[in-house]
Amino acid sequence: MRKRSVLPGFGLTLGITVCYVSLVVLLPVSAMVARSTSGGLSGFWAAALSPRALASYRLTLTASLVAASVNAVFGLIVAWVLARYRFPLRRVADALVDLPFALPTAVAGIALTTLYAPTGWIGKPLAAIGIKVAYTPIGITVALTFIGLPFVVRTLQPVIGALDADVEEAAASLGARPWQTFLRVVAPAIIPAWLTGFTLAFARALGEYGSVVFIAGNMPMRTEIAPLLVMTRLEQYDYSGATAIAVLMLGASFVMLLAVNGLQSWSARRSA
Amino acid sequence: MSIECKGIRKTFGDFVAVNDVSLQVGNGELVALLGPSGSGKTTLLRIIAGLDSADQGQVLFDGEDAAARDLGARGVGFVFQHYALFRHMSVFENIAFGMRVRPRSIRPSERQIRDRVSSLLSLVHLSPLADRLPSELSGGQRQRVALARALAVEPKVLLLDEPFGALDANVRQELRRWLRDLHDQLNVTSVLVTHDQQEALEVADRVVVMNRGKVEQVGTPDQVCDNPATPFVMSFIGSVNVFRGRVERGRAHLGPLTVPYPEHPGAQPEPAAGYVRPHELDVERHGSNDGIWATVKRIKRMGAVVRLELVHGGDVLEVETTRERYDALRPAPGDQLYVRLRTLRVFVGAS
Repeated sequence: MRKRSVLPGFGLTLGITVCYVSLVVLLPVSAMVARSTSGGLSGFWAAALSPRALASYRLTLTASLVAASVNAVFGLIVAWVLARYRFPLRRVADALVDLPFALPTAVAGIALTTLYAPTGWIGKPLAAIGIKVAYTPIGITVALTFIGLPFVVRTLQPVIGALDADVEEAAASLGARPWQTFLRVVAPAIIPAWLTGFTLAFARALGEYGSVVFIAGNMPMRTEIAPLLVMTRLEQYDYSGATAIAVLMLGASFVMLLAVNGLQSWSARRSA
Repeated sequence: MSIECKGIRKTFGDFVAVNDVSLQVGNGELVALLGPSGSGKTTLLRIIAGLDSADQGQVLFDGEDAAARDLGARGVGFVFQHYALFRHMSVFENIAFGMRVRPRSIRPSERQIRDRVSSLLSLVHLSPLADRLPSELSGGQRQRVALARALAVEPKVLLLDEPFGALDANVRQELRRWLRDLHDQLNVTSVLVTHDQQEALEVADRVVVMNRGKVEQVGTPDQVCDNPATPFVMSFIGSVNVFRGRVERGRAHLGPLTVPYPEHPGAQPEPAAGYVRPHELDVERHGSNDGIWATVKRIKRMGAVVRLELVHGGDVLEVETTRERYDALRPAPGDQLYVRLRTLRVFVGAS
């Protein structure tokens, strides 16, 4: 029942895709799942749902969500400015956006900690008005915001750059004020890319470890993120405990990414 | 509403797009801005619309400076070459857009919007397609949606930027006729930009021929066709045969031709060129003393007219004749024919 398609190579490319994804993604994940239940199901749940683990999930999720949301707002503005306007040093600003990609995360963590510590450039004035950033959940959010920015900017920038100017001119000539043009004409066109950027930033934040551990303080129950808890368990040779937490995180992330992807394709269909 | 442009000038860097153009469009008139690409016609239209601002000069609507009004408050409907429809909105919502974005105090009720959109849909013959997305329409249909959308805000001026430029020939022909009917029905002051002289001559009350940011001629289609003011207009509106030469002592010596030219009696020679359209030439088998002999090179039969390509010396002459005349002469390639000019327009000056 094979139909000839104009685009050749379906069988071959699908085969490669399945093999590659299995080898690179599915195999390690299944090994992890297998390892996590080596202590029996009750051991799995005990490790995965211990109060300390639950606290770390809550922290990781909220900090990642807040960071991704902050990036969604400011990343949109940055992408808009970079795509729309020509100004001196635009290329420099453009390159700066990629820095969180390129920087070793530990370096970023140390830099942020130095800045936000109670003796740092930003931490000192903030401490004076009673706001503590380093070694608190706020500090974790700052680090996650830092590493997530490029994802939002880089997904939105080409889409904003490709918007037709005449569509906005049409809206304006029909009497729409700038905010109406943005909400009714521009926003529907960029929402799919925006959601993608948000998802990527969020996913990256969930798994981020290197830049957070320095600024977090890592106090169990208060400023300990889930990836760090996994590391701690590993250092204690509690492999099944570590993998149990990892599996739960993985499952939760996967469900959330799936949901956002669904939302995104729904909005892409609407604005097609 | 009448439009008046006074001394409009617009530059982009070193490039002068519109150079001191003044223009008047009467109330209810349909005027075409005609010119090749880069002639400044679209820039002028965008300045009238308020999408661009002029470096110098004024645009007056009914004698009032339009710059004082916001883009949305100018009462201008603009139709873009590439439609510029809102892709995520249905045809209905596209047309309703201009009404929906009005401030609440002057926004029509949902019912009024519905009524207005459906009457516009029937005006542009698209009633059955109200729920379609723009991507599901043909080019001609999209442009009609764009027109209905522009008309929905009851503009006092309708500006069309190469509205049929992206469509194929048949659709263009049909929409052209339809646009003229629509204009006769609504009588809204309209300015149409086009590079297609056929379109301008067929649709417009008056044609403004532009070249290199300047107005070359303003006139009715007949005036522009029959009395071109400049060599540019002559050669831009339809095809033309050119004889180059000079004028002196009351005569014009143009290639093989010599004709009286009393406007230049002086002995000082001036460069000049004579222009004649292919259909203003007659061909005969027998010679006399007021024409030239030429050799038939190619014959193109195009329905009711026949185009002959003749060679005289190194020059090619295009002649357009009727089918009857062709049948009477029955020329073949290589034949010698005698070509007589019914008129010749002489323009003095280098071109």
